[in-house]
Amino acid sequence: MAAITLVEAVTQALAYELKNDDKVVVFGQDIGTNGGVFRATQGLQAQFGSERVRDTPLAENMIAGLAVGMAIGGMKPVAEIQFMDFICASIDQILSHGSRIRNRTRGRLNCPMVIRTPSGGGIRAPEHHSDSLEALFSQIPGLRVVIPSSPSRAYGLLLAAIRDPDPVIFMEPKRIYRMVKEEVPDNGEALPLDVCFVLREGKDITLVSWGAMVHETLQVAQKLSAQGIEAEVIDVATVKPLDMDTILQSVEKTGRVVVIQEANPTCSLSAEIIAQLAQKGLTSLMAPPERVTGYDTVMPLYRLEKLFIPSEQRIMNAVKKVLEYV
Amino acid sequence: MADYQRIRILLRLLELSHILSEGGLLVSHQTTVAHFDIPYFQFLDSEANVVEPLPSFAEDSELLLKMYRMMMLMRLFDRKAITLQRTGKLGTYPSTLGQEALAVGMGAAMQSADILCPYYREYGAQFWRGVKMEEVFLYWGGDERGNHFANNAHDMPICVPIGSQTLHAVGLATALKLQNKPQAVVVALGDGATSRGDFYEAMNVAGAWELPVVFVINNNQWAISMPRDKQTKAETLAQKAIAAGLEGWQIDGDDIFAVKEFVDRALQKARSGKGATVIEAITYRMGDHTTADDASRYRKPEEIVAHEKQDPVKRLKKYLMSKGWWDETKEQALLKDLTTEVEKAVENFNNIPMPLPQAMFDHLYETLPQAYVEQRNAVMKGDA
Repeated sequence: MAAITLVEAVTQALAYELKNDDKVVVFGQDIGTNGGVFRATQGLQAQFGSERVRDTPLAENMIAGLAVGMAIGGMKPVAEIQFMDFICASIDQILSHGSRIRNRTRGRLNCPMVIRTPSGGGIRAPEHHSDSLEALFSQIPGLRVVIPSSPSRAYGLLLAAIRDPDPVIFMEPKRIYRMVKEEVPDNGEALPLDVCFVLREGKDITLVSWGAMVHETLQVAQKLSAQGIEAEVIDVATVKPLDMDTILQSVEKTGRVVVIQEANPTCSLSAEIIAQLAQKGLTSLMAPPERVTGYDTVMPLYRLEKLFIPSEQRIMNAVKKVLEYV
Repeated sequence: MADYQRIRILLRLLELSHILSEGGLLVSHQTTVAHFDIPYFQFLDSEANVVEPLPSFAEDSELLLKMYRMMMLMRLFDRKAITLQRTGKLGTYPSTLGQEALAVGMGAAMQSADILCPYYREYGAQFWRGVKMEEVFLYWGGDERGNHFANNAHDMPICVPIGSQTLHAVGLATALKLQNKPQAVVVALGDGATSRGDFYEAMNVAGAWELPVVFVINNNQWAISMPRDKQTKAETLAQKAIAAGLEGWQIDGDDIFAVKEFVDRALQKARSGKGATVIEAITYRMGDHTTADDASRYRKPEEIVAHEKQDPVKRLKKYLMSKGWWDETKEQALLKDLTTEVEKAVENFNNIPMPLPQAMFDHLYETLPQAYVEQRNAVMKGDA
């Protein structure tokens, strides 16, 4: 079996579902003949035809509204928003309709849609192509927000998202689209949603992250291990709803925690995690929690983007601070 | 000649040709690449005079009496809803007074397997399609169960964010097409909604993908306090269809013959794979925007008086009487029946118990995620 990248794992999952569920329809801007600007839908139109893998006119709110209507109408739409920054034009359909049609109709109608979208910075992209908006969507009741951090989790979580009976925003960290390769068997096995994945066990400190930042976090954990410090690394994966139990259990064991995210800190997911730690895990904490995040600034254009995205060094500094606290 | 001199001469020539063409002296070879027109349809004028040969259903007394009954019911329902709001039994309620022909004609033109995407002035169409009066009372009475239609599984509920339902309609129409189902979608929107991008985006994709959808604009002349003329420079709202490659028809929305006939034609066109149509129905909002609005702040009372003669209910009544199918005795008997029917719906509405506190969690997801169980338990325990 050949090893594949994260973006290839996305394609593999889409192809699996298109093949095995005739209700699945994939659509978005430039996703057909062109295979998507990141090639996430490469070859799918040739294989499944232009009815089920269709290019749409350029209108993000329309794409989201189509997904809502198609899902209510009995299909399983998987829409692509070309870059997460452009999803802002479709928030009305996601927030006012997709996420709440089940609740509004007391379960008479539902919306099993997936909106896939590449997110985050680090690829020297133009302006408006690098935001990480998971916290914005985590505010919306009725939604799921999922971010994979490896090819196998991209495959398993995307299958789960498509099969889920409720709407899912599936963020694809574009910085790691082609960073690592992994063997991902095309066996149609979904991974569970709503749970964190413990990627590395450790007794000394808990490092919580998701998406692209999991990579720097794992690097830091390896370096710590060389120094005799064992970090537990948690990949949150489904950021909404949040599996606090796994994080709390880990912090109960380690007593120390650093949360690492690319997004801005204020009212973010790290803020939520630390708030819940303060409510439910304060007595296990041996040091104040730290977080390593982007800044409360506009994501800078690419000359400065590396300063915005947390570096291994910034993570290491926070880890040291938490470990040294007595 | 230096380059800058050439440029100066060129500029001067351009200026001259501009002056000449402005004065009509220079005739350029203009080619018109496309022609458009917006037809207007009406069968009965405001005095109920037949101005065009009537469609065949005009001889179907049973159907016409059914439509008349529904228009009257809609009017009594509306009056009752406003009373219920004034006495605190309903929250804010948007009246449909004056727009009965449009709602009922739309409902009567549809087949039950078609899909209706209403906004919030189509109660007559909803009732026609099985939605119960107590369900609409319940919705405006602050309870989501009003959208859980007992007798209609697939229509969309009332849609408050203006124009956003047009995008659901194209999504639903795409789903119908992909599943090779022969039905079509009817989406209603107000004149105000035609200023929104949603509407343009929906028409655009409906055209590009030849979707089975009918857009029905309830042009009741007012978007809350914004009169039609201040909303857009376009002469008609129907012509907004043209840019999307769709047909745009304007109809007399107070003439139920025109509504039923042209929604029906647009539906047949949609069902036979010939794509979408935009219908602008000219009508008038006789009431306030909602019970929370006071139209006297922005609308002259004379305007309402002037529109009273266009009353769609009176117009159909006149026609029915002219055919000998209706009289005042029947009218009084009908009023009595409908009043009882509306009162019964109010009673049913009043008898629906309050939702349980945890109801707000019941349909958030198919299965409530563990993350929210604690909040649900707190609400159940009466954590106020």
